[in-house]
Parts: sequence; structure tokens; C-alpha cells
Amino acid sequence: MAFIPHTEADVAAMLAAIGAAGIENLFDEIPPDLRVKSLAGVPPELNEMEIGRLMTERARTDGAPLSFIGAGAYEHHIPAAVWAITTRGEFYSAYTPYQAEASQGTLQLIYEFQTMIARLTGMEVANASMYDGASATAEAALMAVRANRKSKSARILVPSTLHPHYRRVALTTAANQGLKFEDLPYCTAEGITPAASLARYDGQDITALVIQQPNFFGRLEDVDALTDWAHARGALVIAVVNPTALALLKPPGQWGSRGADIAVGEGQPLGVPLCSGGPYFGFMTTRMEHVRQMPGRIVGRTLDVAGHPGFTLTLQAREQHIRRAKATSNICTNQGLLVTAATIYMSLMGAQGLARTAAAAHARTRELVAGLTRVPGVHLAFSGSYFHEAVLQLDRPVAPVLKSLSNRGILGGLDLSGYFPELGNALLVCATETKTSADIDRYRACLSEVIQAARAA
Amino acid sequence: MPMPEKLIFEYSHAGRGASDQWPRDPGPAALADLPAKLRRVRPPELPEVGELETVRHFTRLSQLNFSIDTHFYPLGSCTMKYNPKACNQYAMLPEFLARHPLAPETHGQGLLACLYELQEMLKEVTGMQSVALNPMAGAHGEFAGVAMIRAYHRARGDLKRNEIIVPEAAHGTNPATATMCGCAVREIPVDAQGDVELTALAAAVGPNTAGIMLTNPSTLGVFERHIGEVARIVHQAGGLLYYDGANLNAILGKVRPGDMGFDVIHMNLHKTFSTPHGGGGPGAGAVGVGARLAPFVPIPLVGKDGERYRWLTEADLPQSIGRLSAFMGNTGVLLRAYIYMRMLGREGMQRVGEYATLNANYLLARLQAAGFAAAYPQRRASHEFIVTLKRQARELNVTAMDFAKRLLDYGFHAPTTYFPLLVPECLLIEPTETESKDVLDAFVSAMSQIQKEAEQEPARVTSAPHTMPVRRLDDVRAARQLDLTWKPTAQS
Repeated sequence: MAFIPHTEADVAAMLAAIGAAGIENLFDEIPPDLRVKSLAGVPPELNEMEIGRLMTERARTDGAPLSFIGAGAYEHHIPAAVWAITTRGEFYSAYTPYQAEASQGTLQLIYEFQTMIARLTGMEVANASMYDGASATAEAALMAVRANRKSKSARILVPSTLHPHYRRVALTTAANQGLKFEDLPYCTAEGITPAASLARYDGQDITALVIQQPNFFGRLEDVDALTDWAHARGALVIAVVNPTALALLKPPGQWGSRGADIAVGEGQPLGVPLCSGGPYFGFMTTRMEHVRQMPGRIVGRTLDVAGHPGFTLTLQAREQHIRRAKATSNICTNQGLLVTAATIYMSLMGAQGLARTAAAAHARTRELVAGLTRVPGVHLAFSGSYFHEAVLQLDRPVAPVLKSLSNRGILGGLDLSGYFPELGNALLVCATETKTSADIDRYRACLSEVIQAARAA
Repeated sequence: MPMPEKLIFEYSHAGRGASDQWPRDPGPAALADLPAKLRRVRPPELPEVGELETVRHFTRLSQLNFSIDTHFYPLGSCTMKYNPKACNQYAMLPEFLARHPLAPETHGQGLLACLYELQEMLKEVTGMQSVALNPMAGAHGEFAGVAMIRAYHRARGDLKRNEIIVPEAAHGTNPATATMCGCAVREIPVDAQGDVELTALAAAVGPNTAGIMLTNPSTLGVFERHIGEVARIVHQAGGLLYYDGANLNAILGKVRPGDMGFDVIHMNLHKTFSTPHGGGGPGAGAVGVGARLAPFVPIPLVGKDGERYRWLTEADLPQSIGRLSAFMGNTGVLLRAYIYMRMLGREGMQRVGEYATLNANYLLARLQAAGFAAAYPQRRASHEFIVTLKRQARELNVTAMDFAKRLLDYGFHAPTTYFPLLVPECLLIEPTETESKDVLDAFVSAMSQIQKEAEQEPARVTSAPHTMPVRRLDDVRAARQLDLTWKPTAQS
């Protein structure tokens, strides 16, 4: 029991070797008044069949609704091979690859991952991953303060069109290190951050500008103008990007005349299931000149004593187990298993498969927007092109509409009224390649019924 | 010896692809609305490979790894116990995998019930008042813990407290975390028996003390016997106590950090609660707090109103340190920990600490009998212990690193080496409760055999490993001639 293989004879022989009368004696250095009296709050044990039944019932309770929610986590088809290999014990139950000779599989895979992510973002180097897209964005802000030696202000400009949860995570993470995050307004007609709106910062010391592409509304920012604006003023550019979209959109390494300085993003779309928010992984890339300011693990290729190539963790002098209080971050892990899934996913998809995924998702979102805006009282909130998801405006509060839809097994999107009250009854919707025309039509028909019923009431 | 495997890029052929896995092409008209200046001009150079060669490549890579499923991993401080298959299977039920993080609570009562009960069970086994599950790794939990300590002092208007005390043997994450939270770090020594030097502690605390970060049992593999006194000194000085849960497996079911006087704890669910390490993550670093820090826990938590579960957010916890992840942390990892805890139940939970300690003390006794020197021979081992090879290094010129590498040839993952730094030539060994006596005996035989080799044929040991896919790697070259991404021209 408890996955403990000991027989009574084993225990007796082991205690004899130790010279202890019983297992209890092994705890004789612990003051008796500290010993646990009871764990009554933990239920009795379940065997495998019983826990299987319980979990299956709980999963069934959650159901399988038809979802049109995006907002930073996207439902894509995941090839069967991805998790069949990822859950092999040799990947799943391996430790961090500190012992390089016994971890060449994981290390080589990370090196392949770093290469793929660098190519996808058009950047020079990538690390072995961060916790998620939000924490990678927060770490990028901290990194920018270290990397931009000319700037003394630690001021980071953050568009209001950045995912609101990312902004919150950046605040939590960097609040005690003196970083100042300043919100940039967005154009409520277009849903983007106009470069002209930055004029009021001209002549000021700005450490970095964050640019999310596509932004939280699904709108496409003028990344070239924003990047050039920042660079002309000595600020670094932190790109926050969707990896699927990068198959079709200009990569951060090519933004403006010099390219972004740090590019991060949520890796979940690359073969990771939605799973209520995690585990996902964040990716982080930069220019070679900033590599020593990058947090997290990095794998490099080197030679062994016999002159054969092999892989190892490198630049560890940045990390907490060597540098302790002077480390670039306290991060010690990466999200290895998710990187495994993503590397297999990117191999199976290739540039062409990824581009098709992005194009198919975009086509479905356009079809969704076209369908839903045929419903009276529903229109597109912003003019201009969007990618992957879009904001709709309804003629009535969004929450009751979403509730009625969810009663019909449809998750109709994310209500933005709590995040962006100035947008009124705004709803963020998303469709990926996993949705069919029939799914979209079902949503349209239900929305039409719900709104008509609400009008009649 | 397993053959090294070429890079996936080297399998690539223009025009090849696993096209059965791709969606249908919507055609160029689907993209007509995207402005040309925002489009990518050249496609990214990802590999062009078929499904079978992809499957073979990554399967072969997996075979170059050691893992718990294939090898014994006596890695001190890492708790590499068996990851039950049921935990994976039932956390990956299709409804759990498909659920969107922003789906309404009505479509998540099953998940939320699991997370709520996990919070409750973790409170019970740690003796804490409130638990937040969202930190995504141990270091992330540490960050949350120290950020809460700072928020607590700040909320009281006690603005000077920005010093964190750590014992010199602490994990590197402790001082790094203190720095990330804007604190100065003050290290204090431990005595010859491995306990914190109380006089040094008493001298270190004062009006600037935010708190102390402690691991108990310590990284030296022994229980901090003066923990009551440590708690009294720190609390009297106005500081709080942080418990680094790295070694919780040692005391699970036997002692609770809350009862020892700790105000905040992070738990490595990937250690004590057996979620997989995944080759370096995902972990999960849930935090537990006492009453004083309860208002500051990171959101979201799971609450219960009557029979309904719901997320607790800023509205419920206005003093929260805030969000640590875009959504709810590593939810799938939390489900695995939940399943593990339910399978163990309260009886199993108590056996964990007992058998982890039995295995460690047995292995220590056997290794001592075989002539190896314990770093703290007069102390009980906790769930782990330190062997020092300083004699072998001095007399035979064979180091702890050499033993570690030679163990790989014998089919054992190396113990933790050169940590903690204050013990010379050390191996920190943690067998965990899931290993059988047979495995421990085989490990002792391997160590004895390597000792014999070190005496008779030291080059065999100092040049190990001999049977791995690669020999010892040139780390200096790796750091000086950075090769971090593959370039066709740099092919070797």
C-alpha cells in the first residue's frame, strides 16, 4: 500500500541492520510534543478502481460543451503521436537533466526545441522554457531592466491591449523589484495601440515597450511603427506573440528596422491540451548579445572527452544554484514535459502544417464573426483586421446571454465587461480549426434564439 | 551503449510532412484580409518529416534518458519516488483535458471539487489554515511565500523589514527568491551537529527581519531539533517563519510544519505528492499559510458556497499578492497530486514518512558497514543523508563526482553531488519509500564495487561513465563557444 513494496520480513531485516527496535525509533530526534496526533481531515484510502470511478464521474460532471473561448488558451487538434510519446516513462518520469550523460534524450530534445522556437520567432536564441506565457512576460520585463544598461528608470510601457492577466502577473512578479509598469491607452474604435499615442513619452527614459501581437482583442498592432518608436528612444521591445499565428505573421525578429529584443509567449497552442489552464509553458527568445541576462535553463551543444558531440545545460553561472542571491531569477525548473509535447508537435506540423492550422483557425473565426454579426443586435466592436479571435458588441449585457448559451451546451466566449468596462457589452470570441461550419451555425442559431427570447421578455 | 541519435532537422526533406495530422487548407482567400506588411515572408525552417520518422526519433531520444520508470534515482532533496500510472491516466480524462480555463464554474464543478479537496487535504497534512494551489514550481511557491511575508509587514505599516535569514546550507532558490522579492539575504551558520546556531540566529534577528527560510529536516539530512527555539527567537523579533517544503516527504504524517511554528510553507507536489518531474517540470508549488498570512494568498483559490464550488478572486481576497499565472497554475499536475493523495488516504500518508525514513536509515547503515563515512554519524538520518568521500578524494584521488559518474555505468542515477557545499566531496542520498530493499542492496553492492575499483583501478572510475551515450562533456567549451540552436553550417 501507498506504493511501498516492503514485506514484514524486509522491515525486520532493515531494522536489524539499523539497530532500531521499530520504525518509531527512527523519529526519536523529533520532540514528542510536535508529533502528529491525527490526520482525520484526510479521507481513507481508495484503491485504483475506486479512484478511477470517482474521477470519471467528476470528469463527466464537467461535460464537453462546444467552446468558443480563446483569450490566451486555444483548442487545437493535437496529433495522437504527441502525447503517446510524451507520456513515455523515459520522458515523463525523468528528472531535470543535471546529470548530462544520463539525460541526453531530454537535452537533445530541448536543443531541438530552442532551435525551432528561435526560427519561429525569428530570434537568435531561446531558453528551455518558462512556467507560462504570463510569467515569461513578467520575466522578460525583469530581463529588460538588466539588459538595457542605458536606461535607469525601470519604466516598462504596457499597452492596455495586453492580456489583462499577463499584466497582473507582471505586477505580482516585479512589484518588489522597483519596476514601474505604465498602462498605454488604446484606441476604442480600432482596438489597437496607435504609435502616435506614445508621443507623450518622447524625451523620457523608458526601459522597454511591451507589444502583444495579435493583441488581447485579436487585433493586429502596427508592430513595425511601435518597434521603431521604442528603439529610437533607447527602449527595448518585448514582443508577446502567439506561436501558431507566427506561421503567417511577421516574426518579432523582423519587426521594424531592428527587430524585437525579447520575444515571449504562451506555448500552449503547440500541442498542449487546455486542461483548465495548465500545465502550459512559456517560451522566451532574445538576441545573442542579451543571452547572459536571460533567465531559466539553456541547453548547449558541446563535445565529450572523446570529441563526440553531446548536449548539456549551459550558462549555469546565471542560475540560482550557483549564483544564489545574485541569480537572474529564482526559477530553477522549466516546463520540460510540455516542451517535449511542443517539440514533437512542431516536428509533425512543420511550417506548412502550422501555417494551415493558423489559416484554418483564422478562416473559422471569420466565418464565426460573419455568422454571429448576422444576428440582430450583434456587431463587430473594432474596425480593421483581426487574427484568431475578435471582439463583438451586443445590444444587452453579455453575462446573461452567456449563461443561457451555456445552458444549451455552448460556451460563447469571454465577457469583457469586467476587464474593459469602457467597451460596454463586449464579448471576445474565438474559433479554431477544430470548429466546423455546423458548430458555428449552431452557435449562431442559439445566440439568435437567446437574444430574441431576451427581447420578447 | 545506446547509439546517439541525429537531430530531427537532419531527417528533414523538402516536401515531406505528416499531412494527415494537418487541417485542410482553407485556401489563400482565407487570408486575404491580412495586411501584407504584417505577414511573414519566409516560412519558419521547421523540420519536414513524416509521422513514423518523428515517432522513431523521439522514441530513440527517450531511450537515451534515465527515468524513474527505468532506473533508481537516489537524488537527495529531489524525492524521486514512483509516479503511479493511475494519477496520469485519470488526470488525462478527455473532459479534464478539453476544459477551457475560462469556462464557467457550472462546467467545472468536478474539477473544482478535486481542487477544493486537495486544498483541504494539504491543510490537514501541513497544519496550515489556508492553501493556494497556483504556484507552478517550488521556486514559484517560495516567491509567493516571501511576497506574502513582505505584504504582511507592509500591511502593518512595518516598512523596514526587508531582511531574510537563511542557513548557510539552504537551497540556492532561497536567497534567489529573497532577492526577487526585494529583500537582502543574511546567512547564518549551522553547528557541527547540523542544527542552526541559536546564538548566531539571536544576533541576526532584529527590527529589519522579515523572516527566516528553513528546510526541516535540513538539507544536511537531519531534523532541526531546536525548531521550537528558532520559532520563538524569530517570532519575538517580529519576523515570520518560512518552511521550504523540499524535504516534506521526511515528515509526512509524522510532524506538521504548522505545529512547528511555521507561518508559511511551500510544498513541492512533484516531490512529496508524486507528480512526475517530466524531465524538468511541470512542477507545482502549492503554498500553505497560517492565519496571519491568509489574507495575502495568491489568487485564484477554490471556495465552496453550500454545495457549489467557485473561484475566489480579488473580490474575495482584496489583500492578495495577486496572480502568479495566466490561469490556475499547473492544474493537470494538481489533479495528479489529488489522485495520489486520495489513493494513499490518511493511513498511506503516515506510511510515507515512516518508510522514506526507514529506507534512508537502512541505506546509511549498510553504506557505513561497507566503509563509507557519514557526514553526521551521530545523527539519525531523515529521509536522506550525506556520505562524504573526502578520504577517497585525498587518498585515492577519486572524487564524489567520479563515484557519481561511475554509478551511471552500474545502472543507478547519481545521488546529488556537491550539495550542500559545506560538506566536502558529498553525496546527498535519498532513496524514497517506493524503493524495495532489493534495490537498496544492489545500490550498496555497486558502491562497494566502485570503492574496490577506486583502490585497484582508479582510472576506471575517474574516466567514467563508459556505457552512456556520451562520455563526460566539456562544460567550459559549452559556455565559451555557445551553440544553442542548430545551424546547418555548424553541423559536426
